[in-house]
Amino acid sequence: MELRKLTDIEIGTVATIDSFTDEETSILLLEMGCLPGESIEISNIAPLGDPIAIKVSGYKLSLRKKEAATILVR
Amino acid sequence: MNKQFNVALIGNPNTGKSTLFNALTGLNQKIGNFSGVTVERKTGKLELNENLTASLIDLPGTYSLYPRSADEHIALEILNSTKNPDYPNVVVVVVDATNLKRNLLLLTQLIDLQLPVVLALNMMDVAQQSGIEINVTLLAEKLGVPVVAVTARDFQGIPALKDAIVQQFEHPTLPSSTIHIHGYAPEVIDEIKNYFHINNDYAAFELAHHYHELHNLTQEKKDAIEAIGIKHNFNANKTQVAETIDRYNYINEILSDTVRKNKPALEETRSNTLDAILTHRIFGLLIFFVILFGVFQSIFNWSQYPMNVIENAFIGIENYLTAILPAGILTNLIIGGILPGMSGVLIFLPQIAVLFLFIAILEDTGYMARVTFMMDRLMKNFGLNGKSVVPLISGIACAVPAIMSARSIENWKDRLITIFVTPFMSCSARLPVYTLLISLVVPNKFVFGFLSLQGLILMAMYLLGFVSALLAGWLLKLFIKTKSKSYFLMELPVYRMPRWSNVGITIFNKARTFVMEAGKVILAVSIILWVLATFGPSKDFDAIETKYAKMSSENTTIELNISTLESKKKAEKLEASYAGLLGKFIEPAIKPLGYDWKIGIALVTSFAAREVFVGTMSTIYSVQGDGEHLDTVREKMLEARNPETGELTFTFATVMSLMIFYAFAMQCMSTFAVVYRETNGIKWPLIQLFTMTAFAYLAAFAVYQFLS
Repeated sequence: MELRKLTDIEIGTVATIDSFTDEETSILLLEMGCLPGESIEISNIAPLGDPIAIKVSGYKLSLRKKEAATILVR
Repeated sequence: MNKQFNVALIGNPNTGKSTLFNALTGLNQKIGNFSGVTVERKTGKLELNENLTASLIDLPGTYSLYPRSADEHIALEILNSTKNPDYPNVVVVVVDATNLKRNLLLLTQLIDLQLPVVLALNMMDVAQQSGIEINVTLLAEKLGVPVVAVTARDFQGIPALKDAIVQQFEHPTLPSSTIHIHGYAPEVIDEIKNYFHINNDYAAFELAHHYHELHNLTQEKKDAIEAIGIKHNFNANKTQVAETIDRYNYINEILSDTVRKNKPALEETRSNTLDAILTHRIFGLLIFFVILFGVFQSIFNWSQYPMNVIENAFIGIENYLTAILPAGILTNLIIGGILPGMSGVLIFLPQIAVLFLFIAILEDTGYMARVTFMMDRLMKNFGLNGKSVVPLISGIACAVPAIMSARSIENWKDRLITIFVTPFMSCSARLPVYTLLISLVVPNKFVFGFLSLQGLILMAMYLLGFVSALLAGWLLKLFIKTKSKSYFLMELPVYRMPRWSNVGITIFNKARTFVMEAGKVILAVSIILWVLATFGPSKDFDAIETKYAKMSSENTTIELNISTLESKKKAEKLEASYAGLLGKFIEPAIKPLGYDWKIGIALVTSFAAREVFVGTMSTIYSVQGDGEHLDTVREKMLEARNPETGELTFTFATVMSLMIFYAFAMQCMSTFAVVYRETNGIKWPLIQLFTMTAFAYLAAFAVYQFLS
């Protein structure tokens, strides 16, 4: 299946984390439970368009679009 | 004799760790700072049984042993050195039972450090309601550590937790490593183990990662670890990625047959619905501003009454002491220096308490995380971060606790800018100054029949503070360069009802921080000011004494109010005092701003704490019975004229210029002291002091020249 950036999927679509494009950011994301193989979903977007809130590993995490774009999903 | 030992409480943020700490220690808490750093150190007495009492330390919330903020760094520092006075005999790891996966990461790291741990599954009630079934016995068996289910908010499971702590202290069970650490960097781990004479792989691995930020290592040791790393091409990022992934695999295996989720969690669904409204594109922002407005209103309305009570109490004490104490220099010191200092501290407590009541509620319910989430985009433009919102709002009460709350900001640049701009927010100490000045020139009229004109101007001053904080942040963003990237990763916890005991304890702790941090400075300053205003070159003072002694003896026949004479004498003495001399000395510099030497005295005295302005004004304009009577001060100031030109002293232009000066100048020693500690050096507080005061001067100059 084709890889897409997390920021390119629609709100409510459940995707699976495949890999990361930035090593430094990936460390932080991994620690917070964003692991390859884990399902992920964009839950909502902040009123000013950034950051976004995602559902991952059983909880809700908010992150900026810049960081979210380093997550590749399938 | 009781056996004494250390227990540490550690866990992710939002796990109810503070609630558990409160449940274990009650109000038996001590708050201080960790030595060398300014992170809050919360300890308490933990009575385990009749003959065993432990010292319980609450370590700042952290997601892992890879710290990102000053707060999180503490756990690493303590757990990595057995010599640290806070090094625990037993570690209680608090986890949110509804969110086990991410929470267990930290637990596995602690197990691998060979620390005797007890796992406290908190919020078991919520887990049960949400249909999450946890097989506690099997979980304990698989992890190899004691696991206790607790619900800290209603004290369930506390006795069992205490028993488990005692057991781990007396006969510790230390499971073997959860993952194979040695394989990540075999040579590096072996060499560090040799060098430090330790036999724990993970401790060595941790040293390889964190040596440069550990304060307990000597430079020689740091160099040695660095050399080992370089020799074997140690890749910190890659090994950490491998470690994290392995840990999650281990956790997934552990959780595979111990946790079952029967239905979609009710709390979570409700939370999502709330989020849809509270972070809605339009309603979300609207609701936030309504809440902010409500908080703002309450700070002023609710604190009015207790502030009056405190004020009257001090007038009462002052009158009482004046009556019973013998006249003399010591009595003067108590009444003129110490009492005003103490009242100057306590008078702000109501506003601080009300503000932190709201902040604590908003944080405890999970709403504050949403505010952070909503505001990040806006704050980012100004070199700040969503997490700067709490310090900025707290700054409305007092910059001291506000600046301390900036510790949760991970990125150093964002945190520094937040610390730097927070004093622009209009704090409670500016309020009496604004109130007095506004009443001088703004008529007590209503616009559209209900909006008070004076209130509007006051609100404009608050807005001015906020806007200048943002602009200052934007400017700083251009000047401060750092390597570390600004990022924003924050958990949005499930909405919960506030836990009132937590709210109460937060208010109590913040109030105590204010009294201890800001209070001691205000008190000291008040005493110094008293000295400056009471003493002066002795020949001038003697001349005044003689003059008034003569006058009162001559005037006994005429009906001249003795107290008027006393006030006049007091005013003349102030003029001749060192404070007065200082005021005259700076007069040439402040003339372009529209101030005379009398205002100069007030500027000098309020340099260390703004609110002193009002008291000084009342002394200068010789108000009888001291400065508690604002109306009288106001009248005297309105009548004041320049003795040479005969013009009014407090013209519209002068008052506006003064307000602008007080809005921008950094006239607060307590803030200076706290910035000094929070930034670990004199550089930033000095820059802050000079730029803010210089800007205040220029802005006041511009305003005066434009208006006059």
